[in-house]
Amino acid sequence: MTAPPAVRRDRSAVSGGRSGSLAWLVVPALLVFVVFAVVPLFGVLYLSFTRWNGISTDIQLDGLNAWKAVLADPQLPHSLLVTFEIMALSWVAQTPLSVLLGVFLAGSQRYRGVLAVVFFIPLLLSSAAIAITWKALLDPNFGLGAGLGVPLLQQDWLGREGLAVAVVVFIVSWQYVPFHTLIYQGGVRQIPRSMYEAAELDGAGRVRQFFSITLPQLKYTIITSSTLMVVGSLTFFDLIFVLTAGGPGDATRVLALDMYKRGFMANLMGPASVIAVILVLVGLLLALVLRRLGGTDPNESMLEGA
Amino acid sequence: MDPRTTSRRNFLALAAGLPVAAATLAACGSSGPSSTNPSASAGGGGASAAAGGGASYWTLTGQPQEAIRKATVDRFNAANPGSTIALTMFQNDAYKQKIKTALGAGQAPTILWGWGGGGLKSWVDANQVEDLTPWFDSKPEIKNKIFPAAFGAATVNGKLYAMPGETVTPIVLFYDKRSFEKIGAQPPQSWGDIMDLVPKFNAKGIAPFSLGGQSRWTNMMWLEFLFDRIGGPEVFQAAFDGEKDAWSNPAAIQALTEMQKLITAGGFVKGFSSVTADSNADQALLYTGKAAMMVHGAWTYGNMKASGGDFVTGGHLGYMNFPGVDGGKGDPSNSVGNPGQYYSISAKATDAEKETAKKFFETAILDLEEQKAWIGSGNIPIAKGSDSLISGADADWLKFQYATASGAKSFVQSWDQALPPTQAEVLLDSIAKLFQLSISPQQFAANLNAVIGK
Repeated sequence: MTAPPAVRRDRSAVSGGRSGSLAWLVVPALLVFVVFAVVPLFGVLYLSFTRWNGISTDIQLDGLNAWKAVLADPQLPHSLLVTFEIMALSWVAQTPLSVLLGVFLAGSQRYRGVLAVVFFIPLLLSSAAIAITWKALLDPNFGLGAGLGVPLLQQDWLGREGLAVAVVVFIVSWQYVPFHTLIYQGGVRQIPRSMYEAAELDGAGRVRQFFSITLPQLKYTIITSSTLMVVGSLTFFDLIFVLTAGGPGDATRVLALDMYKRGFMANLMGPASVIAVILVLVGLLLALVLRRLGGTDPNESMLEGA
Repeated sequence: MDPRTTSRRNFLALAAGLPVAAATLAACGSSGPSSTNPSASAGGGGASAAAGGGASYWTLTGQPQEAIRKATVDRFNAANPGSTIALTMFQNDAYKQKIKTALGAGQAPTILWGWGGGGLKSWVDANQVEDLTPWFDSKPEIKNKIFPAAFGAATVNGKLYAMPGETVTPIVLFYDKRSFEKIGAQPPQSWGDIMDLVPKFNAKGIAPFSLGGQSRWTNMMWLEFLFDRIGGPEVFQAAFDGEKDAWSNPAAIQALTEMQKLITAGGFVKGFSSVTADSNADQALLYTGKAAMMVHGAWTYGNMKASGGDFVTGGHLGYMNFPGVDGGKGDPSNSVGNPGQYYSISAKATDAEKETAKKFFETAILDLEEQKAWIGSGNIPIAKGSDSLISGADADWLKFQYATASGAKSFVQSWDQALPPTQAEVLLDSIAKLFQLSISPQQFAANLNAVIGK
């Protein structure tokens, strides 16, 4: 996904004996990819044109009925909306925090190293464990608010529609900010010191340096991190499933959860496969758009003037 | 002595303890219709001289049920050496798949164990099980032995396709006597009383009802009662039978409207839609005194006794059947929940096998020994008169369960169990939205009408 866009252009230049003899190196990876990603993908595409309850051996071809049923169902736009809502909100919540923390942790002071380890902890926990823990803490009757006697914390966090979405975004951010911080930390450390030295000589302050040097230099890091966030948020399932089960009502029923409910709760494998295909298409489209956003001119240098 | 063990929701946990166990019995091999005793067939299979009287029977593993099921078959085989039954037991989920495959391939056992309702209907629709109505008509004493309410989930399109057996688990209204003392009130005798109690409890800072709303089927139990009390069991039966627009019945709309009225009035604990029943948090709300009442399955008694301190042993827990709704058509003695388990006979079985199966139903199922075993495990067998066998510390509770189950003229099976999975999921989904007040009763009805027959 992060291969430079220049590949296509370069192919003619590198083609010939050398790359031909090394082509077999791609075989193991390609084999795994085809068997575990491409074949199931076509399987799902096939299933989306069938009628199957997931248990019987009898899979009947059903034409476009599953597609018609899903596309006409008001649940689909709602799930799409919730998915994009959580995607956008978690991007907005995570990116500034991760950039700032990343810049902060890129410093070489020892206490920052200690803090980096502390910040990293949420990433070591599994999503299901995180969901169960937060669910217990947020319980309006036996949770943190009730335990400490703080009425402000005693909200019906997971039982009100707007709040539930906010809680999901908060927990997702809490879980993944450390990861993106790590990416930005690495990005910041790649920026040549000479740029900052030059800026200091010119009399630029900390804030000016951040906006004029750090942020522009992090352009590709931001795109990488955003791609991971955006495409990753399409597959949020475990956390939401354990935390709210898509509720209250269907306020947090994202596409992945909708797919699960149709397929494995209602035994409608056809419509569930339709959702799966839609998920794949949306994911590919988003990845493509993000790459376009970043890669207009691959030959543009990030180090001009350094 | 743990009534929870009867819960279908705990079957998984129970059954997980044992791998798929195939307990084939001595006389019959596992090769289907046995020919070991062709001449001694007591069942009188005149037409099929080649086939013996042996029958096969598939059911579930998981204690304490497993031992009781096996003992019943052993007693039958000892008494009928000429026509024995070969018992095969499966873990819950494995059984569901296996029986589907076997039915499809024409390899089904003579006796099929099931949950009745939607599952049974799918067998009937595929012409896989025998119509037992004439047999029941010819043997009224069998029908009289069993709770009348158990036959509802055995009935498809007005005909009986299964023999009810094993145990019953009603949904009841639990309450905390301490909370009622605090507000100086009596337990509700009608829906009107419930609505009157709501502001009184709220004024004292006690939630009127506990509810694990995120689990969805917990909310469903409320609708099961309201539909029954307002419109009688016919309202849901019509939906189950697939009648067009059955959910738009005026009684159904009234029940849904009353439900939303109670929610709007603050009838349920704050944050109920994020409380789950799996964690038993709803029970904890009741036994810690945070909520005054709870509508829940009888299986919760065991956990409340174990986790609730002196809540149960100190006599603070009260229980009653769900009260009636003024002007409603339903009989307040009706109950809902798990009306029993069900045995059907494969339509593909030979006549001799069918005779053996019927003899097993008649003489072995719910005999006195089996009744004793069920009572001993803390369950209520669906046999009339089994209350005389009750004794011990929880006798009052067991007797109440017996009275509720035996006195019910109609015992509506849990809706999500009665309906096929596709309808059940739409049902649970719409119930969650109804309780969230995000859809109206009319929208609820429209959602469900749309999937009738699917």
